[in-house]
Amino acid sequence: MNRIVIVGASAAGLTAAETLRREGFGGTITLISEESDLPYDRPPLSKQVLASTWDADRLSLRTDEQLTALKLDLRLGTRATGLSEREVWLADGTGVPFDGLIVATGVRPRRLPGASAHVLRTLGDALDLRRTLRPGTRLAIVGAGFLGAECAAVARGLGCAVTLLEPAPVPLAHAIGDQVGRFLTAVHEENGVDLRTGVTVTAVTENGVQLGGGESVEADVVLVAVGSVPNTEWLEGSGLTLDDGLVCDQYCAAAPGVYGAGDVARWHNPLFGLSMRIEHRTNAAEQGMAAARNLLNPGMPFAPVPYFWSDQYDLKIHAYGYLRGHDEVEIVEGSLADRRFLAAYRTDDRLVGVLAAGMPPKAIRRWRHAIATGSSWKDVR
Amino acid sequence: MRIEFDEPRCVAAGQCAMVAPELFDQRDDDGVAIVLNASPGPDQQDDAREAAAVCPAAAIRLVAE
Repeated sequence: MNRIVIVGASAAGLTAAETLRREGFGGTITLISEESDLPYDRPPLSKQVLASTWDADRLSLRTDEQLTALKLDLRLGTRATGLSEREVWLADGTGVPFDGLIVATGVRPRRLPGASAHVLRTLGDALDLRRTLRPGTRLAIVGAGFLGAECAAVARGLGCAVTLLEPAPVPLAHAIGDQVGRFLTAVHEENGVDLRTGVTVTAVTENGVQLGGGESVEADVVLVAVGSVPNTEWLEGSGLTLDDGLVCDQYCAAAPGVYGAGDVARWHNPLFGLSMRIEHRTNAAEQGMAAARNLLNPGMPFAPVPYFWSDQYDLKIHAYGYLRGHDEVEIVEGSLADRRFLAAYRTDDRLVGVLAAGMPPKAIRRWRHAIATGSSWKDVR
Repeated sequence: MRIEFDEPRCVAAGQCAMVAPELFDQRDDDGVAIVLNASPGPDQQDDAREAAAVCPAAAIRLVAE
């Protein structure tokens, strides 16, 4: 193998490139990024960047020296538009041949019909939104998932009047359960967010948003945070399987010599026996490593315990495992009332995840270990 | 090799303490990482690289000495 192309230069793509070098690959690594910024970190966009506590330059994932040491053929501001047998096609019509390929093209925000609204995915998005938020600004956020909720918390801190609109009866219930979702609802309401559940936003208008029932909500600024779409259009017609992401096996392989990593990759996680696509920062790095290693030396299944964290007001939430689609949630340590708790999630007869706030790290680590070793629910309860 | 830890970046994920328990731990109160050994020996350098790679906050940097 002499030429490896990585498409996407965020956490997954960059980590894949570093791993190839660590594993001794001495050939050409072409790292292609649609964005023109050097690789940067995204989680702070909805946290420190939006709050103006960090400047954009703190987001760099690596220093110039570290990038130089990787000896990359780095193509920033370059969009991949197609893939044939052993060549990636670029927007300018040229092709980049490869022996091995890692697809790490991530996701983009889903949008709503109507007038233009803010979304939050890139550094540019975060800076655009930040400029509009001042004390008294009326901000409507569509979607009370983790991104919408984090932005609501930051905007309240900046003195904005925040309306958070959510179609589900309880925000995040499908992901973290009714009980914990209600807990977060209470936290937002205490912090002065006007949270409206069970409402569907049909369109963005010039002065706010239009709701399903004909009602409207007036706002100076609208942020749409209703999930994302995997960037796989450029792979259509390539022969790779696409189904809400690039479909990969348990080794992150989509085809011989072609691997997927990060938000765009739907792979079979043997630890849970499930096909999953995980939009978490940690997964991007771990899967970037796994894809790179398997490209060089196939045969190591990628079986992680997914992890994410979320900052909302003074609350830091950590979650390990695969909580989606769980059958039962139980508060097994602490209590919601004390804002110090650990919730355990069951699917069938297995412990599949935990979510904790304010708990000592050692307590969480014990549960994570139980998830990683496939513990049954009755053994931990 | 020397480990540089940018504490204000740390998000208390604990990934470092899991992959390199000889080099990292976490504070009991808030989970923020603690560097146990900033100069990993030759047999610990792979663990240090792994910890830097999995840190979701890019808070761990390795400097060649």
